[in-house]
Amino acid sequence: MPIKGVTQGKYGLREYLAFIGSSLLKDKKSVLVGTGLPMIAAMLAQKTHAPNLLIMFEAGGVGPLLPELPVSVGESTTYYRGVSASSMHEVMSLCQAGYADYAFLGAAQVDIHGNINTTVIGAHDSPEVRLPGSGGANDAASFAHRVITIIANQSQRTFVNRVDFVTTPGYLQGSGAREKAGLASGSGPYRVITQLGIFDFEEETKKLRLISLHPGVSPAEVKENSQFAIIIPDDVGTSAEPTVKHLRILREEIDPAGVILGK
Amino acid sequence: MRENKSRELKDKTMSVKEAVSQFIHDGDFIASGGFGHVRVSMAIIYEIVRQKKRNLAMAGKTAVHDLDILVGAGCVDRVEVAYSFGHELRGLSPASRRMVETGQCRVLAETSNAAYQWRFLAGMMGLPFIPSRNLLGTDTGNYSSCKVVKDPIIGKPINLIPAAYPDVAFIHVHRCDIFGDAQIDSTVVEDIELSRCARRLILTTEEIVDDELIRREPWKTKIPFFVVDAVVEVPYGSHPCEMPGMYYYDEEIIAEWLKVSRTPQGVDSYLQKYVFAVDTFEEYLELCGCIKKINYLKRREFLKEPMIAPWRKEA
Repeated sequence: MPIKGVTQGKYGLREYLAFIGSSLLKDKKSVLVGTGLPMIAAMLAQKTHAPNLLIMFEAGGVGPLLPELPVSVGESTTYYRGVSASSMHEVMSLCQAGYADYAFLGAAQVDIHGNINTTVIGAHDSPEVRLPGSGGANDAASFAHRVITIIANQSQRTFVNRVDFVTTPGYLQGSGAREKAGLASGSGPYRVITQLGIFDFEEETKKLRLISLHPGVSPAEVKENSQFAIIIPDDVGTSAEPTVKHLRILREEIDPAGVILGK
Repeated sequence: MRENKSRELKDKTMSVKEAVSQFIHDGDFIASGGFGHVRVSMAIIYEIVRQKKRNLAMAGKTAVHDLDILVGAGCVDRVEVAYSFGHELRGLSPASRRMVETGQCRVLAETSNAAYQWRFLAGMMGLPFIPSRNLLGTDTGNYSSCKVVKDPIIGKPINLIPAAYPDVAFIHVHRCDIFGDAQIDSTVVEDIELSRCARRLILTTEEIVDDELIRREPWKTKIPFFVVDAVVEVPYGSHPCEMPGMYYYDEEIIAEWLKVSRTPQGVDSYLQKYVFAVDTFEEYLELCGCIKKINYLKRREFLKEPMIAPWRKEA
């Protein structure tokens, strides 16, 4: 079954995912955000429980008080009432030096170790579908301490045994692989959010593990909508639900035109 | 740079037509300034199409509308991709995607946004590479022009990002003088690095100002004259892209392109209408709604008009 609140018409799926995303961002931390739902989640966090969330954009915007949803991570709203309108060199250098607590990304495909594909579906040199590529995602996931990925359509096509192309590093081949490749130790995927639940990664194996089911979703659905075996513990929690205030902020302040949330 | 860039303070102003015919040649590796749909030298993009330049390779450094039009028009047939073939929130780009999926445009290499701008940084610094900890362990790295080596100091793997020297770059700025000393009132993205590593540099500017105005506040100069080869005054020259602090995206025009470019015939008719059938940028702006549209885009930039999204799927 889909999320109960969605079938009951209380909120849309994207509104719910934005809420879940925002709830993972702690106050007084920094986040490098990608286009789309990650932006909305960061804005909602800033307007609710995390007023001191430091939002950073790869094109140079630092510390904005976002007035509305930016369409691009480079436009002027990304430094609206910000502390700095800098450069990509500035922001990416800060991230590599350890100033990014979270990176918040979207994905087309994810595998068991949280590796992300946003480059091609099919073979690289004769693609079925050509996607935009890394953008800043490879950098964000290489540099940030914790990576949150949101994928609104978990299925056997998106949760795959092998991503067609490793655009952006998760835990690569598993435990110790990031460090072996030269990435900073202790960094990597933190949470994956889908329309079914919230996932983390088991400490030992760095394999995807369900930690919370959205209200109304069964463990069987999580299992069915994946090519690989997701670790499903017995004591899985239930994800929280947005309040009226959350929904009002999302609808009236963040995305009144329904650009993302209306889809 | 020692021989090819003049230190002489000379008037570099010229028309878009002259700048493109003089500095952009078939087969060149080109790079566009700004980011995505923000602060893009669209007047140059349209003129490249108008002059039917061919076999260009382009830096896909979050190249969006600019690259989509140039690939769709058949001017660019090779791309090094950090982010290309998409319009960010607006979805994928039908024209350039089709050209890649049918083999008419070739992806030379993959990379990331940070890696691209550090290619420019290495070029700017006159160094062969910048060491960094991105692209490691991924296919993006495997398909890139980078090389992973053992760091000779601490012994861990490190990624070496090679310098890039585009044949020509074009950057749209808020204002500059006739020599090319330029101010940018927004994020500079990677234009500091790009302006200094490009072999030839065309500036398009919202306005040309007196040199005295630059010299009164030299801390505001982001690009100095001696790296600039041409200065072209094009008010609203980023349209339909945003010019921060001045005017917002023209979503209606972008939506029209995204809609019609689903077919090759649509691409042709769009280019016929907005590029080949007009001689000047002013004529083009008239087609797009003229002063009424410009005034709306100015109000929109300052959040005095609500957001619209005519490119949304249901629209």
